[in-house]
This record gives sequence, structure tokens and C-alpha cells, in this order.
Amino acid sequence: MLLARVIGTVVSTRKEPRIEGIKFLLLEKLDPPTMAGKKDYVVAMDTVGAGPGEVVFYVAGSSARMTAVTDGRPSDAAITAIVDTVELDGRAVYQKDAT
Amino acid sequence: MIFARVAGTVVATRRSDQLPGAKYLLVELCDQRGRGRKDYLVALDGIGAGAGELVMVTQGPSARQMQFSDKKPVDALISGIVDLVDENGEVVFRK
Repeated sequence: MLLARVIGTVVSTRKEPRIEGIKFLLLEKLDPPTMAGKKDYVVAMDTVGAGPGEVVFYVAGSSARMTAVTDGRPSDAAITAIVDTVELDGRAVYQKDAT
Repeated sequence: MIFARVAGTVVATRRSDQLPGAKYLLVELCDQRGRGRKDYLVALDGIGAGAGELVMVTQGPSARQMQFSDKKPVDALISGIVDLVDENGEVVFRK
């Protein structure tokens, strides 16, 4: 799984019927020591109700289909958790709502 | 599998799966000597790896091949704690 920040939403009107009603979020991958964006982006299906600005991690590949929301759907990236804290080498590099 | 060093923890209360007894650890990818590559990922720990330990991480769908991770949305799993690495007859890493 990779850490990323929700930086926006993606809207698609004409799409595969099996992905109707799914929320797509635009994620920017993060560099954990600095928690800064790496200018590397991915579109992921949301399974936890994540919102803009939140730090999340997402699962990639076929494992992205193993959630109730994405089961049987053409998903290769799914947000599976909203992150509360990240600790790196004994240092709290991220704390939700602390900024 | 790839080598990684347990660098930290990731706490998330709101998540799509519930995996009892499993923790999410932040790991830094390493070479076979345990030198960090400044590239990180979040991996599920089912074996009780500790901070600083060199571990093996299984990536992709194979990360679901554990009883507790079966059919769960997991793409990186800490599958072993490394004691020793031998490269061409030379011990390049020892715990």
C-alpha cells in the first residue's frame, strides 16, 4: 500500500456500467519523511469516504477488488484507509487534524 | 520478495477491512545489505516485526496468501524477518 493525499475528485459520465455510483478520487503520492507530494498521481476508487486534503493509503493491483465496494468491478486502485498518524524512525511525521 | 527496513507505523482507524492482530508498518525499501533506498510503502505485518528490523515484503496479489489476509485488500505483506543474507559466499547482512 502507498501513502497519498486526496487532492481532488474525478468525474466521468460515460463509463463502464459496473463502475456506476463509485466515487473516484485523485491522489498524489507522498514522500513519508517530509509528507510532501511527489508529483506522482493516481485515480483510486474510494471505499472509506475520504475527503480532500486527507492522507490515505491505497491498495493497488488485483487486491484493489477485495473490498465490498470494488468487488467484481474493474478497479486497480482502491483507498482502504484514512490515516490518523504516521510515525517514522521514532518521529511523528503526520498527525491528522494537527495542521 | 523485496528487502525493506521497518521504519515506522501507520495508524488508521477508518479503514475498509478489519484484520485482527495485524498492524500496518511503514517500511523503507533496502538493498540486500540493508541500506535504505528512500522509497517507502505501507505493509501489513502478521509476524510481529520490530522497528529497525530488515524484513522481506511480499507484494501484489501474493500478499493475500495468508490465512488472515485471504480475500482482503492487501498488496504488501511482511512475510519474514531476515537473520542473514549471503551473497556469493560473503555474509553481507547479519541481524
